[in-house]
Amino acid sequence: MFIIKLIIRNAFRHKLRAMLTVTGVAIAILAFGLLKTLVSLWYLGVEASSSTRLVTRSSISLVFSMPVSYKERIRHVPGVTGVSTMNWFGGVYVTEKNFFPNFAVEPESFLKVYPEFILDEREKKSFLTDRTGAVAGRKLAAKYGWKIGDRISLKGTIFPGEWNFVLRGIYHGAQKSTDESQFFFNWDYLNETMRKTVPRRADQVGIYVVAVARPDQAAEVAEEIDATFKNSLAETRTETEKAFQLSFVAMTEAIMIAIQIVSYVVIVIIMVVAANTMAMTARERIAEYATLKVLGFKGYHIAGAVFGESLFIAMLGGIAGVLLTFPAAGWLESTLSQFFPVFQIAPSTVILQFVAALIVGLVAGIFPTWRGATIQIAQGLRRIG
Amino acid sequence: MVAIDSEIVRLIDVSKSYYRGSQMIPVLEGISFDIVAGEFLALMGPSGSGKSTLLNLIAGIDKPDSGIIAVNGVDITTLSESDLAAWRAANVGFIFQFYNLIPVLTAFENVELPLLLTGLSRKKRKEHVETVLSLVSLSDRMDHYPSELSGGQQQRVAIARAMVADPPILVADEPTGDLDRVSAAEILGLMSRLVEDFGKTIIMVTHDPKSAEKAGRIVHLEKGELVSSSFSHQ
Ligand SMILES: Nc1ncnc2c1ncn2[C@@H]1O[C@H](COP(=O)(O)OP(=O)(O)OP(=O)(O)O)[C@@H](O)[C@H]1O
Ligand SMILES: [Mg+2]
Repeated sequence: MFIIKLIIRNAFRHKLRAMLTVTGVAIAILAFGLLKTLVSLWYLGVEASSSTRLVTRSSISLVFSMPVSYKERIRHVPGVTGVSTMNWFGGVYVTEKNFFPNFAVEPESFLKVYPEFILDEREKKSFLTDRTGAVAGRKLAAKYGWKIGDRISLKGTIFPGEWNFVLRGIYHGAQKSTDESQFFFNWDYLNETMRKTVPRRADQVGIYVVAVARPDQAAEVAEEIDATFKNSLAETRTETEKAFQLSFVAMTEAIMIAIQIVSYVVIVIIMVVAANTMAMTARERIAEYATLKVLGFKGYHIAGAVFGESLFIAMLGGIAGVLLTFPAAGWLESTLSQFFPVFQIAPSTVILQFVAALIVGLVAGIFPTWRGATIQIAQGLRRIG
Repeated sequence: MVAIDSEIVRLIDVSKSYYRGSQMIPVLEGISFDIVAGEFLALMGPSGSGKSTLLNLIAGIDKPDSGIIAVNGVDITTLSESDLAAWRAANVGFIFQFYNLIPVLTAFENVELPLLLTGLSRKKRKEHVETVLSLVSLSDRMDHYPSELSGGQQQRVAIARAMVADPPILVADEPTGDLDRVSAAEILGLMSRLVEDFGKTIIMVTHDPKSAEKAGRIVHLEKGELVSSSFSHQ
């Protein structure tokens, strides 16, 4: 009881110093939490990918396309339960800054192959039947205030011109990790326009998304598809959606590792700063510790008071940091929605944040605790006179 | 163990030196004298003569290199660190030049400190604290923090703290060294009362001959040696 009273009063003895230390720890814990989340989210696309979906692309590179005629041939490969055509459109909404992923898809097969994009029946029907229809994720629609029936125009980058769509549906994700910030429109609209304007670019497909019934069929089916187009003009490379996603993520692996390291460096830095502050504090109180010892208090009483104060300050910072993480994540989610459709703090991250704060408190407390506990009374008392 | 009559403290051939690196600095050399129970003793001597060191030895917060320090028949030089802490809590009250109150604790809480180590109930502790605070006439300042008290008042709180566990011996290292004349006289008057009315034994280090006059006996130290011991007015 007494020791707790002493810890709390001592902690706030120098209000400014206590506040600065708590703020420092809070910011470090906040940064740590956000960076950790960022790294785990970067791999989220990989984790959320389906193991019963394959992606077929040109074997040369993703920027090369394949003839639309492949669709029927892939469908006939044994084990395939669905095929959808997809083209990365890369359109710009009003200005370059408003980036969001947008694709031309073949609506019916697309919704079958991607059961995690959920549309209600009426919206689904009007998307399937409207040649200029489009659907947007719930987040994306909310961000620009789109309502069903709105006219949306995108400026083409890969496919030149001004493209006008009518929003026919707003999908939501089946899982929390489902990306709700994408935009899909009718592949036929793209293809027919190309036929009229640049015929040589018509009937070309960027990727085929292929569904199989069971995950264990994936490897065999992928091999079979690639064998089908061997020695053709456009050879293919088929891999699981996970492998496909990983090939993107792999490009940024080094950056992610760097961020990972930075997240720990932040903690080490605050540890050193907090340790210095605690040591300074303990040094100033040597005579008080000596006085307590004179009165009969033991080394472990002093140790408890010093260590407790260090832990108390660090945990206050930790709690503040964790509490700040949520609004900060919300803010990041709204500003970085194009990169991180869901910026959610995992419970495990919160636990890690508290563990980090605890370690900061432990490490910062060790040296002053040892000093306080082992101080020689006569020596300590001389500090005053 | 050493036999005693009325001596509460008996020093026999006590020596103490400090080391600075490999260089030995002798501080006390072969000090022997007795202190009788109920005595008010003043330790005087020039700065650096070893007064504080001697006081610390008698109070059990430092240990001599050689010699015997018997307090109430117990040779405290043989006690372990931990036993010594318990011994101090039961036998010695401390009064310092700069009061050494804990700034984050109120007058009441500071005085209560020594009692926290005893098995006393909260209620009993409160009674004791209130009693000693009224003894030093600070009943109305119980909830004040040290920074809200004058030097004289802080020293009175410190005296209450030294008294609260009712130890037979009080040691004071220049208790009036940081006070003005009026406050100093007040503190000395209070200490005299503790000897006369409560039978405490007080050992006080002082530079001030006027303060020393209040004591029953004055012991002079010079360069670590006892040079004179004289009884004053009484
Ligand atoms: N921890 C220590 N290490 C080294 N030397 C010390 C230590 N403590 C005391 N001394 C030395 O011992 C001598 C006596 O010190 P002490 O504090 O007992 O003197 P004092 O008589 O109380 O002086 P003052 O009147 O100035 O308080 C001094 O020379 C001092 O420098
Ligand atoms: Mg001294």
